[in-house]
Amino acid sequence: MTTQLDLLIHKEYGEIPQYTPKDFKADIDVRWCAGCGGYSILSQVQRIMPDIGVPKEKIVFVSGIGCSSRFPYYMDVYGFHSIHGRALAVASGLKVARPDLSVWVATGDGDCMSIGGNHLIHASRRNVDINVIMFNNEIYSLTKGQFSPTSRVGQKTKSSPFGVLDDPFNPSSLALGSGSTFVARGYDNNPSHMKHLFQRAAQHKGFSFVEIYANCVIFNDGAFDEYTRKETRPTSTINLEHGKPLVFGFKNELGIIMDGYKPKVVNFDEGTYSVNDVIVHNEQDSTLALILSDMSFNPELPRPMGVIYAESKPTYDQKVTWQINDLIERKGEGNLDDLMRGDEWWEIK
Amino acid sequence: MEQQFVEVEKAVIRFAGDSGDGMQLTGTQFSDTSAEMGNIVNTFPDYPSEIRAPEGTLYGVSAYQVHFGASNTNTPGDKIDVLVAMNAASLKVNLKDVKKHGILLLNKAGFKDKNLKLAKYESNPIEDGSLADYQVFAYDINEQVRRVLEDFDLPPKMIDRTKNLFALGLAYWLFDRPLEPTQLWLNKKFAKNETIRDANLKVFKAGYNFGAMGQDLAVRYIVKAADLRKGIYRNITGNNAVALGLAVAANRAGLPLFLGSYPITPATEILHFISGYKQYGVKHMQMEDEIAGITSAIGASYGGALAATTTSGPGLSLKVEAMGLAVMLELPLVVVDVQRAGPSTGLPTKPEQSDLLMALWGRHGEAPIPVLAASTATDCFDMTIEAARIAIKYMTPVILLSDGYIAQGSEAWKVPSLDELPDISIKFATDKETYAPYKRDPETLARPWAVPGTPGLEHRIGGLEKDNITGLVSHDPMNHQRMCEIRAEKVERIVQDIPDLVVDGDESGELLLVTWGSTWGSARNALASLREKDVKISHVHLKYLNPLPANLGEIFGNFKQILVPELNLGQLKILLQYKYMRPIIGLNKVQGNTFTAEEIANKIEEILLSEGVSK
Ligand SMILES: Cc1ncc(C[n+]2csc(CCOP(=O)(O)OP(=O)(O)O)c2C)c(N)n1
Ligand code: SF4
Ligand SMILES: [Mg+2]
Repeated sequence: MTTQLDLLIHKEYGEIPQYTPKDFKADIDVRWCAGCGGYSILSQVQRIMPDIGVPKEKIVFVSGIGCSSRFPYYMDVYGFHSIHGRALAVASGLKVARPDLSVWVATGDGDCMSIGGNHLIHASRRNVDINVIMFNNEIYSLTKGQFSPTSRVGQKTKSSPFGVLDDPFNPSSLALGSGSTFVARGYDNNPSHMKHLFQRAAQHKGFSFVEIYANCVIFNDGAFDEYTRKETRPTSTINLEHGKPLVFGFKNELGIIMDGYKPKVVNFDEGTYSVNDVIVHNEQDSTLALILSDMSFNPELPRPMGVIYAESKPTYDQKVTWQINDLIERKGEGNLDDLMRGDEWWEIK
Repeated sequence: MEQQFVEVEKAVIRFAGDSGDGMQLTGTQFSDTSAEMGNIVNTFPDYPSEIRAPEGTLYGVSAYQVHFGASNTNTPGDKIDVLVAMNAASLKVNLKDVKKHGILLLNKAGFKDKNLKLAKYESNPIEDGSLADYQVFAYDINEQVRRVLEDFDLPPKMIDRTKNLFALGLAYWLFDRPLEPTQLWLNKKFAKNETIRDANLKVFKAGYNFGAMGQDLAVRYIVKAADLRKGIYRNITGNNAVALGLAVAANRAGLPLFLGSYPITPATEILHFISGYKQYGVKHMQMEDEIAGITSAIGASYGGALAATTTSGPGLSLKVEAMGLAVMLELPLVVVDVQRAGPSTGLPTKPEQSDLLMALWGRHGEAPIPVLAASTATDCFDMTIEAARIAIKYMTPVILLSDGYIAQGSEAWKVPSLDELPDISIKFATDKETYAPYKRDPETLARPWAVPGTPGLEHRIGGLEKDNITGLVSHDPMNHQRMCEIRAEKVERIVQDIPDLVVDGDESGELLLVTWGSTWGSARNALASLREKDVKISHVHLKYLNPLPANLGEIFGNFKQILVPELNLGQLKILLQYKYMRPIIGLNKVQGNTFTAEEIANKIEEILLSEGVSK
């Protein structure tokens, strides 16, 4: 059944124009505070867009509500600023209805994991081909500074003057646990690393979840300093690269070995272990992914950055199309007159 | 024995038994056959909300009622002429609805001590004289089927299970129905198992013959074929009609159909039907909750699909915020609410009309949405297409109200052919030079529908207030006022596009009966009975609740009094009183079932009498 929509969207594409990042800048002032982590995320997204191999008009950014969710307004592609928490459900319907589109979601830690937590876990398990960029600032910024599901225990915020009591989510573990097929983490002041993660997410067919530590200069300034400052970053984080040993430190003198099923830091300078003893990252290993993700909140261990997990499997939107095609192939294209008539009909002559 | 035939215009039969007795199937066969022989039929299933209630209990009783006639039946019928009861519990539960001197066909085997105890009978009603007001015909049907199938190598349990077909055969004899349609159906259904097929066929025939040979059932009833228009007919429930309506509307709009939904009684079947339409290119997602159901549909609508979400009251409550989003985005969306008795979980399987005001006004901000209501099972088809037409043409969400009564009830439907249905397509925006996201059609005030994938029309929309024309975010106070007024006016302008009401009965007079939704059927039957008595009464039925038809106020001006019967505590009444500044008399019922014709007729007579109006 060819519809009016098919005629409009299924044109043959010749060459995709050679875009520049500028082509993706909307003609509107960006309204984030000076110094907001959002800026560097935006510019890296704009930077990868020319090379993802998708014509501009086929790209859609969907968001919920929050400072981070203003993102679609700043991209000169199709944009949909929805309601708080629902971006992933909107994006799921859009992608299933329109598998030809490249669908992205920009969301915050509150939008994605609090009010939208249900949609996150379900979009994730379905493996809808959507690229999610979650701006984690460990706070509700748009509403002026209440704690979020990623805020830390003890954190003092406007709604927790005596300290947060709730344990936070570890976003990458939640994504893995709910079946995400691509899970990565980066931070706002490492643009080239972020760019790499966004490119990988764009290439990944399936549900990609990229968490970015995004500094909110107003309500939670410096929350990630320990992981993003040059002085501390080398020992507080570890950069994951597929096929490479898990080493870190100022001079790459530290590594991660497995002690039973627990990861443990060793120092090569002590002479007992060498780089040959440490774990080699395999981003396709789901068990390793869970172990690495679980390192995140362990004060004894560095926080993993980079692609934690990438698995290739059919996407939900593909499966919907396949099921339809399969039925049409086996039973023929449906005839609505027959459907209306049903099996039990009679004629009055 | 001498057979005596009595001709009747209409009759109501109810098949009642244990959940496991196959009463739904028996009733459906009776109804299908009656329709096929040209009767007008109207049915209603009544089954327990427990999935497998314990055998023999009062709350495990399942029933199926068929109203069939030589003229319009309109409803499944108020009082029963013939009750088929397979056990004591089903007699106990259903007897109150049987007419005085009505026929009771009872299966004696279901009236053993254990059954009586479960049904809370102190003594056996078949023997204790308590059924003296009825014509009782009690047979041991289990014994009968065992005898009929004594040559069959089947386990006793399987043999017992055929007893519903014996009862069905007997009912066919009583009402002179042809056996062929059910025989054909049995042949098809049990094509893979010859023994079962033959056993069922034999028992069914035996039930019929039992009537013919019997000594006591002397009178048979004839309900003649109605004078129906030529064409193809089928039986259809309201839920099935909504599902078909959505598929057909998408076709007539030249769009793919997308359904985002979450199961909830009594709307779930729409999801079931649509999930089976894959061959027709239909996409559906069973989402994680109702919010995701509607927001996924909004996403699909943004992508250029005819998008719908289907639910019942508790789900509608969850969809409220997203409906407001659809209002702001001005994207087409069909929201189907199959109303059930609330609040909260309420009576999940029972109908009510108590979501009207929520549909009209239950959103934050000024968020007008067109609201339509279906009046019968088959009307669900037409009104679904109408909802889609308005949604697409005016770029707006539309709420279609159905209810548990018409959703699960069935009636015969004259099946239209696809090409005789209207073309409801519109054009997507494609022209870069003239496009602006909120530039409106001067007539309908609809904004253009530009879908992702259209080069040069990249734009951003969202829930923040829009600048008129450009669609850019705007916090300008005057613009907000303007946009609120435009959105309201857009919905009001739909009034030009809906039919004027035609008064049934005199154009002016003492009393106007105003109905909406599924109360249509009971109202029609009430009117018919009053008119037989020469009572003067006029009627209008509202299918459009927002906007209301243009001439409603004028019609009101011609009547002294207005009566609105509805299955709530007065919601349409509130709306009409406020809109037309007229006092309205309400007849309100929230008892988990619809009005009987008698209830409405009595109220009308009461009003007319108190006014001293002579008939
Ligand atoms: C239904 C609803 N509830 C609450 C809000 C208020 N609200 C807006 S944004 C927000 C939290 C945003 O936090 P996050 O997603 O982390 O975004 P950020 O501003 O930090 O980028 C809240 C509670 C709302 N807009 N809608
Ligand atoms: S409040 Fe925080 S998150 Fe929001 S724009 Fe300012 S810096 Fe960014
Ligand atoms: Mg936040």
